Amino acid sequence: MTDAGINFHFDVDGEDFSSAGAASVEVKKNLRQLGFPPDVIRKVAIAMYEGEINMVIHANGGTADVFVLPDEITMVLRDQGPGIADVSLAMQEGFSTARDNIRSLGFGAGMGLPNMKKYTDAMEIETELGKGTKIVMRVKI
Amino acid sequence: MMPMKLNVLAERLALTHICGELDKDASGVYTGDLLSWVMSHVEAGDVWITIMSNINVTAVASLTEAACVILAECVQPDEETIQAAKEKNVTIFSDPRSAYQLCCCLGAILSDG
Ligand SMILES: Nc1ncnc2c1ncn2[C@@H]1O[C@H](COP(=O)(O)OP(=O)(O)OP(=O)(O)O)[C@@H](O)[C@H]1O
Ligand SMILES: [Mg+2]
Repeated sequence: MTDAGINFHFDVDGEDFSSAGAASVEVKKNLRQLGFPPDVIRKVAIAMYEGEINMVIHANGGTADVFVLPDEITMVLRDQGPGIADVSLAMQEGFSTARDNIRSLGFGAGMGLPNMKKYTDAMEIETELGKGTKIVMRVKI
Repeated sequence: MMPMKLNVLAERLALTHICGELDKDASGVYTGDLLSWVMSHVEAGDVWITIMSNINVTAVASLTEAACVILAECVQPDEETIQAAKEKNVTIFSDPRSAYQLCCCLGAILSDG
């Protein structure tokens, strides 16, 4: 690994549930090849999956960028969805606006954002109603 | 808990094998259907018992490195899910028992080895 790091970019399709999670699976595979420890890979995989799925089910897709440095992995998720009206409410365990058809797939526990916070060392949410949401998460090695 | 190979476990429980490798160790059990809950609680090597059979189950099983998925109460995956499971090397079984009954059976065989 060079000091400049390794970056990954993904377009996350908003309608396509059959590929939902694909970016996370790919990142996990790459981190494993790069030799990161299992606990780091687990944290990144969980946080990234929840963020990726949220973009699919709540924001009609978006992009994911992952920046890999020897001592830190940064995930940046951007979407142009509806935005989050009340971030502190959305961060509460159990809060979900997922519709019934989404819930029937197993989503909507309202645990995604709490998981993202729990499994990363830092998480920032920038969101604007009608414009979209940007989430930056960092995991220290 | 002693790890047990999936082929041994499948034979002892008479599980129906749907897809995936059998030469993997199972070392624990978790049951749940809410994916983001499962995501943060399944440990690598766990047998994950669920009634969810859509394609998202394969992503969660693969990301958490669950040993396998057992679909309880005769739930069947669709073709898309089986295809995704094969690509991600996720092992899936199906069984008529409920999640509770499967947990009891697994508890019995995994604790006495
Ligand atoms: N990218 C996003 N754009 C718009 N709203 C979002 C986004 N991410 C989350 N939300 C809102 O925040 C709520 C809580 O998100 P969280 O991921 O915790 O739960 P969930 O996605 O509803 O269910 P789960 O993640 O447990 O399947 C969502 O129901 C949704 O209202
Ligand atoms: Mg979510």
